[in-house]
Amino acid sequence: MKYQHKQIAKSKLKSRTIKDKAIRVLVVLLSVVTISPIVLIIFKLIEKGYKQISLDFILKTPPNSYEAMTALANGELIPGGIANGITGTLLMMVVAAVMAIPVGVVTGIYLYENPGKFMANLTRNISDILQGVPSIVLGLIAYIWVVKSITNGYSALAGSVSLAIMMLPMIVRSTEETLKMIPVTIKEAALALGVPYYKVILKVLIPTGFSGLLTGILLGISRVLGETAPLMLTALGSTIINLNITKPTSAVPLLIWEFYNDPNMVGLIWSSSLLLMAIVLSLNLISKQIAARTK
Amino acid sequence: MNDNIKQIKDPVLSIRNLSVSYDKGKYAVKDVSVDIKRNSVTAIMGPSGCGKSTLLRAINRMHELYENIETTGTLILNGKDITNMPTIQLRRMAGMVFQRPNPFPTMSIYDNVIAGYKLNGISLKRSEKDEIVERSLRDVTLWDEVKDTLYKKGTFLSGGQQQRLCIARALAFDPEVILLDEPTSALDPIATAKIEDLLVTLKENYTIILVTHNMSQAARISDYSMFMYLGELVEYGKTKDMFTKPRDRRTEEYLTGKFG
Ligand SMILES: Nc1ncnc2c1ncn2[C@@H]1O[C@H](COP(=O)(O)OP(=O)(O)OP(=O)(O)O)[C@@H](O)[C@H]1O
Ligand SMILES: [Mg+2]
Repeated sequence: MKYQHKQIAKSKLKSRTIKDKAIRVLVVLLSVVTISPIVLIIFKLIEKGYKQISLDFILKTPPNSYEAMTALANGELIPGGIANGITGTLLMMVVAAVMAIPVGVVTGIYLYENPGKFMANLTRNISDILQGVPSIVLGLIAYIWVVKSITNGYSALAGSVSLAIMMLPMIVRSTEETLKMIPVTIKEAALALGVPYYKVILKVLIPTGFSGLLTGILLGISRVLGETAPLMLTALGSTIINLNITKPTSAVPLLIWEFYNDPNMVGLIWSSSLLLMAIVLSLNLISKQIAARTK
Repeated sequence: MNDNIKQIKDPVLSIRNLSVSYDKGKYAVKDVSVDIKRNSVTAIMGPSGCGKSTLLRAINRMHELYENIETTGTLILNGKDITNMPTIQLRRMAGMVFQRPNPFPTMSIYDNVIAGYKLNGISLKRSEKDEIVERSLRDVTLWDEVKDTLYKKGTFLSGGQQQRLCIARALAFDPEVILLDEPTSALDPIATAKIEDLLVTLKENYTIILVTHNMSQAARISDYSMFMYLGELVEYGKTKDMFTKPRDRRTEEYLTGKFG
């Protein structure tokens, strides 16, 4: 009897270890499937784009189609760079962040302070819906609100508005989540010292959650950095470096689209994408680093 | 109940008909009237949920921020009615220490001690700050342990050190009373013993009100004890008397471990 028991137990154990192994292999396989696109993308971009990367690529504006064609015909690299796109992207990001951060952080604080209240729930739901609105629709809205009525033409401001609306829900959410993670006891410690409520928020909660807020903001920025569709309807593009927010402005993703449509310039899409990807990845890494260091 | 009130002359704190409810009609603290003796340790005991924390927090009006909480009654601290006093003024007179040590994680040890001044925008001279920091840290016997690391974050200290830092933060305002809500329940026995010794020395200059779950702690360090049950103050008197000859059957049952 005893012996038989052992046998059964043994065979059960065996089938279990086989199952264990199978699951482990499956998990590894699926992880490989998940990470392979990003690895392949990065390799492809480096392979096809690295030749064009140089100081000129960052400091100069793109050549015209004829110059590019001549260079190609002579077997040379395409001259010039994407300085107008880089400055345009930076300009629109800064303006969008300046608009979205205060509104988003204050809204996030409001949601944190009023859990369960009708207005707070409504705001949270609307913010979630906003996150799902297709970016091209936000571009259209900015076109109506800004291009048609404020700047009377395509402008960096219009682009910034559409990007700011995209960033807003992410900042709202991350602010609320960050504040929620701060122990109530920290808040009570400040209140017990007689600190008025608004000062508790400004001087205790925000500094305590600062890295969380920053992480959310950086992720929000990196998320909208590569947006192209809304910019087509708002910032339009420009062949020169423009720092006037009421004028049409280029952006790196806009340039990629333009290069793609010009057979002579196609060579520039890889290096431009490589640069864009590098910026997005660094922002992600920086925000992860900040989050990890303050855990 | 009135006997309890009369036995204390020149009380530092008089609580009259204090009631607190979280839900309308449901009282977490019911009509409590009590006088607290100056320069003594007063323990608040009772089973879980009897309203100890609620009573303690009502004293420095921590409930005001929550709209659903209703507080009625009168509080006289040092002869002044504090029921409507500006909170900053009240909380400078009544410091609070919580169950879990809660130093401000963004601040150094030094800044944690003077956090009350800093966060309220009260500016002090460098020498005044130094003096307050040293005095408060000496009061909680932390000075020798941290005097070389004053600019490190307070959160790097051990749990017991953090709790003493939090007491120092309350002392920095030189309060009349210090309210402590189970300050040692998250600490190991050695850290607990240090805090208990500390409270006994602190009563020379301050009045201490201590919520505790731990009967032997109350017996060891308190001069007066309150026993609460279902929001009511059942019994109040000298700790010795209460532990040797409790007047109320419920007090006796609690002290002999029949419930709680
Ligand atoms: N924020 C709150 N909202 C609603 N009810 C509460 C709240 N805080 C406490 N209560 C209720 O009030 C009563 C007293 O709670 P209190 O925290 O004062 O008890 P306590 O004696 O400190 O208990 P413990 O020993 O567990 O800390 C309990 O019935 C509790 O459920
Ligand atoms: Mg309690």
